[in-house]
Amino acid sequence: MTEPEIYAALGGIFSDVFLRDDIPLGPELSAMQVPDWDSFKQIEIIIAVETRFGVKFRTREMDGLNNVGDLVRLIAEKS
Amino acid sequence: MVALYWLPEIARWRERLRALGEAGDGVWDEAVALAGARLDAVATNALDTMRRRVLPEPPRTLSDKPVRLAVLGSSTLAHLLPAIRVAGLRRRLWVETYENDYGQYWQELADPGSALYRFKPTAILLALDARHLAAGIGAAASAAEIEAALDAASERIRACWRLARDNFACAVIHQLALPVHAPLVGGNEHRLAGSRAQFVARLNARLRAMADTEGVDLLALDARAARDGIAAWHNPELWHRAKQDVSPAAAPMYGELVMRLVGAHRGRSYKALVLDLDNTIWGGVVGDDGVEGLVLGQGSALGEAFVEFQDYARELSRRGVILAACSKNDEANALEPFDRHPEMVLRRGDIASFVANWADKPSNIRAIAQELNIGLDALVFVDDNPFERDLVRRELPMVAVPEISDDPTSYPQTLADAGYFEAVAITEEDRARSGQYQSNRERDALKASATDLGSYLRGLEMRLTWRRFDRVGLSRIVQLINKTNQFNLTTRRYSEGDVLAVMADKDAFGVQLRLIDRFGDNGIIAIVIGRLDADSDRGADLVIDTWLMSCRVLGRQVEPTTLNLVAALGAGLGARRLVGEYIPTAKNGMVKNHYTKLGFTPCGEGPDGATGHVLDLAGFRPRDTFVTVEEEEGE
Repeated sequence: MTEPEIYAALGGIFSDVFLRDDIPLGPELSAMQVPDWDSFKQIEIIIAVETRFGVKFRTREMDGLNNVGDLVRLIAEKS
Repeated sequence: MVALYWLPEIARWRERLRALGEAGDGVWDEAVALAGARLDAVATNALDTMRRRVLPEPPRTLSDKPVRLAVLGSSTLAHLLPAIRVAGLRRRLWVETYENDYGQYWQELADPGSALYRFKPTAILLALDARHLAAGIGAAASAAEIEAALDAASERIRACWRLARDNFACAVIHQLALPVHAPLVGGNEHRLAGSRAQFVARLNARLRAMADTEGVDLLALDARAARDGIAAWHNPELWHRAKQDVSPAAAPMYGELVMRLVGAHRGRSYKALVLDLDNTIWGGVVGDDGVEGLVLGQGSALGEAFVEFQDYARELSRRGVILAACSKNDEANALEPFDRHPEMVLRRGDIASFVANWADKPSNIRAIAQELNIGLDALVFVDDNPFERDLVRRELPMVAVPEISDDPTSYPQTLADAGYFEAVAITEEDRARSGQYQSNRERDALKASATDLGSYLRGLEMRLTWRRFDRVGLSRIVQLINKTNQFNLTTRRYSEGDVLAVMADKDAFGVQLRLIDRFGDNGIIAIVIGRLDADSDRGADLVIDTWLMSCRVLGRQVEPTTLNLVAALGAGLGARRLVGEYIPTAKNGMVKNHYTKLGFTPCGEGPDGATGHVLDLAGFRPRDTFVTVEEEEGE
């Protein structure tokens, strides 16, 4: 899967999770910049990503996620 | 993953969700419709968030009282609450939820000053996780120590149940623990007393027995895990990260399981299973392939699968679910396999309502509901044909229509997973019900064969037996008085105390009537309460305070026969006239002309459309009916 394809799919997931279409998805975006992006939403995003891309994240991998860029790299590696 | 796979995908679901706020007065109905789709965890949360945003308060038109559910537990629960509320929405139930401060379930139950008490729950779910329950248990413990720990744990839970029940008088649901512990021994795990996995399994078994005696309902997550796999329900990574015992991916199913129990308590479970015939309970089309050409029975995997599905349906009927058939067929063709296919498990007598014709299925399903005298919202319709399923969903959204494949091997499990027939108790009446409906069918068959109504009614050999209110019948009397809405002239509700007062009043009578015919005993089917009013100007009147009847026995001359009895009882009290009153409600329009049909004279109208009617007893001649009247022995 290419990076643009991953971003497009992530856009759908973020808009479902936050019920908003205006989240500026980019590599630097992190939980700090999005209201409501708390630890529960983080888990929801991960579950949706795992289902959508057919991947499973390890605990260390989840701990290492600091922003959307990290997430996209991880998905690209695994899918 | 545990998915709500029996629910249909709904086209443009996302767009409709985003537009929910623009639905105006229809916002609740639209939210209910969206909740009926096959939702995953993210969609479930999104619907809950959106619903709370655009509809923060229950709609005024809501007919059911809101559910106030307190979820009390030992681990993180917040991620499960949206799914519980959405499962309520799916049932048109407004659900307010409460969650205890982390881990404080015991403190809050025991403290009347706690937020739990201010919440005033109508239902409490106790969700204790396996790690919490097995804390302190270890492989080094002796068998005696483990026994003592089991006693202590179960008594502590019993105390929680009693605190909940005694302080809130509400339904109590207990969640059995998920088997999250890795075994230490293997196949013979039970030989290690101190095994935590074994401890949790034994505690679950004890709680099952205890729940029956304590009147607590069980959320059997252990049974679900056995079926779905523990990984579908519990994610150890998320336990360590967020103390989520139930995985958020399983939340939609969790909400379903909780609300099925709450719904069953409110009588919201489905009552009847309506089956298509061709390619649903047998393979092939009987009109084209003939009885000999059907795929049914030993010899092929498909044929055996249809047999197993029929067997599952028959087992459901034996526990109280009513069966009906709805088929596009000539009736003679549809009946033929029941008469002469040797592998049929379902017999004609198992089907309480049999409709086979060429009319559209929604109309036929309406007719089935009418014949069975139950609401459309009590029906589940199973059809292999996606077109028919869509049509019924569109025309009759209150009927449950599971998505099924064309593979009958999956049908029993699909019906079970969908949980339509969730029950909190299995009564003798449930087991007898299918027999009662079957007798109804035989009566109807007689009706069709008898050339005129008179000979049909005579052929029924009906006996109306009556007895005065007594303590033996008390609970049935109170139940009938409080649940009968349609054939009920005054809809006056009576408590047990009120009924006892009637029994003690020498100027009044209360009678319970039972109808027996050649097909069986219909049970107590009518109640009449009469009271003498000696102050009226024309001598004593017998005022008929309450007259109600089960709709099952309509058209059987029970009404005029009952009048004969009431007239005799009234005359016995010295009454000169009978006075009957009709008080209209939203549901009792069918008895508007009850008294005039029986020959009473109208005598005035009250403010709310209530009408009075009188019948002079001096000139009264008992009505001719085909029903004999007998007095039963009292207690």
